[in-house]
Amino acid sequence: MDESALLPAGNVIDLEKVRVTFGSARNKSQVTALAETSLRITHGEFVALVGPSGCGKSTILKLVAGTLTATEGNVFVAGREVDAETARIGMAFQNPTLLPWLNVRDNIMMPLKIVQPFKQEFARKRRTEYRDRVEESLARVGLAGFGDKFPWQLSGGMQQRASLCRALIHDPTLLLLDEPFGALDQFTREELWEIMQQLWIDKRPTVLLVTHDLKEATYLATRICVMQARPGRIVADSVVPFARPRTIDISFQPEFVSLTQRLRERIVAARVAQEAVS
Amino acid sequence: MNDSARRHMLSAACILGFFVAWEIICVVFDISDIVLPKPSQILVTMWTRFPAIWPHAVQTLYTTMVGFAFGILFGVALGVLIGSSRLAYDAVYPLLVGFSSIPKVAVVPIFVLWFGAGTVPAVLTAMITCIFPIVVNVATGLAATEPELQDVMRTLRATKWEILWNIGLPRTMPYFFASLKVAASLAFVGAVISETVASNRGIGNLMMIASSSFDVPLVFAGLFILAALGVALYAGFSLIEGRVTGWAIRSENFAGGG
Repeated sequence: MDESALLPAGNVIDLEKVRVTFGSARNKSQVTALAETSLRITHGEFVALVGPSGCGKSTILKLVAGTLTATEGNVFVAGREVDAETARIGMAFQNPTLLPWLNVRDNIMMPLKIVQPFKQEFARKRRTEYRDRVEESLARVGLAGFGDKFPWQLSGGMQQRASLCRALIHDPTLLLLDEPFGALDQFTREELWEIMQQLWIDKRPTVLLVTHDLKEATYLATRICVMQARPGRIVADSVVPFARPRTIDISFQPEFVSLTQRLRERIVAARVAQEAVS
Repeated sequence: MNDSARRHMLSAACILGFFVAWEIICVVFDISDIVLPKPSQILVTMWTRFPAIWPHAVQTLYTTMVGFAFGILFGVALGVLIGSSRLAYDAVYPLLVGFSSIPKVAVVPIFVLWFGAGTVPAVLTAMITCIFPIVVNVATGLAATEPELQDVMRTLRATKWEILWNIGLPRTMPYFFASLKVAASLAFVGAVISETVASNRGIGNLMMIASSSFDVPLVFAGLFILAALGVALYAGFSLIEGRVTGWAIRSENFAGGG
């Protein structure tokens, strides 16, 4: 991991005592989505957020993405307050969210049309360099030759692959993944884990992954944060020690299994404690 | 292909049947020309009086198209404003509903007072008659844009304009074209109303003069021409719609061409 020494110091993501509530306090309909939470993620880390539904995993992701503002506290991305034009963010959602009026190629090109510095040269390079770039990324996820298809002509798994290509096409320094493998079958999922890991090893973006799948978190992440619901908060933060590149085979090794087992127990304990409260 | 050919045949047979039934009813009940002329007679009138009808048809088509073009321009602008701003929605929408409830015939004299009789009031009436469905549909389309699609752009730090241009407007196209097909025929209604009240040219004026001299076949000839123009415009927009918004109905033609 000596590459990380070359990268600028400082945190890519820095949540400082952030709190998020929905609804108003007046009519008692207020819901605390995220209790006071602090989270620091440094360059090149691959952090997974795991926990039961409604524990605020996606809330954290939205805060970092800038589509949600914190009720209290500060959210810094690349050392600046979110909103300012800073880190290059790529995001993949649980649903593919491809634009139905564009073919796969134009869908994947969209970030190049919006994000600097690609934006300036978009008109000139869209038929040459950027097109090749898209083809290359399609080939990487096993979609070579599908650029001219429209999203509805693709299966769910293929759409999700295309959506990953779109999240990565502009070489993001920060990658936000909101359960992008959740709706896929076991084999497609494992295949995409491998692709994802290879991408992370090659380009070393900082990744924040939200998932329900403990095996997925352990396979991919360098660090796992366990969250608990009502109110949402981080209750455990552990480092995943396994060497890269990891293979699906290591997921059957005793150390791997015992780590996922510990995570599982942590979440179950949190759920029990929470039910005792409510 | 065979199936679609049969559908076209059936549709053509129905249209033809309608006119044949009309003709037969006129002959059987011996209906006077002044009450309801026979379709055959209307066609003959259209043919023989063509040189007299032609300039009026051109005038009506011209005022309608200009009014329609302005209607699209202002309609889309207003629709975008209303669809993307809560404040504009609250402020402008009630005003718009009120305005569209006014019978357009009542507005024509005001336009005549301002601009004199002739082309300008016809263009303006065509515009205000067709603008409402365009505004409502564009605003609805924008408001119905899936927030997830906007989130994709917002995480890329896209500006409001970029989101509107890349997500909002393309998403609104099916709504927009649906409204155009309604608006095109409404524009004709507006133009003809204005010509009937205050103009010395146009199909509306022609029908007005013809009916005052009991030349009922000519009145019907005017109606036929209006209907034909309306159908032509509708068909034209359907064709463009298929090309632009084929994605909304997942047309294979669209996928092949795009």
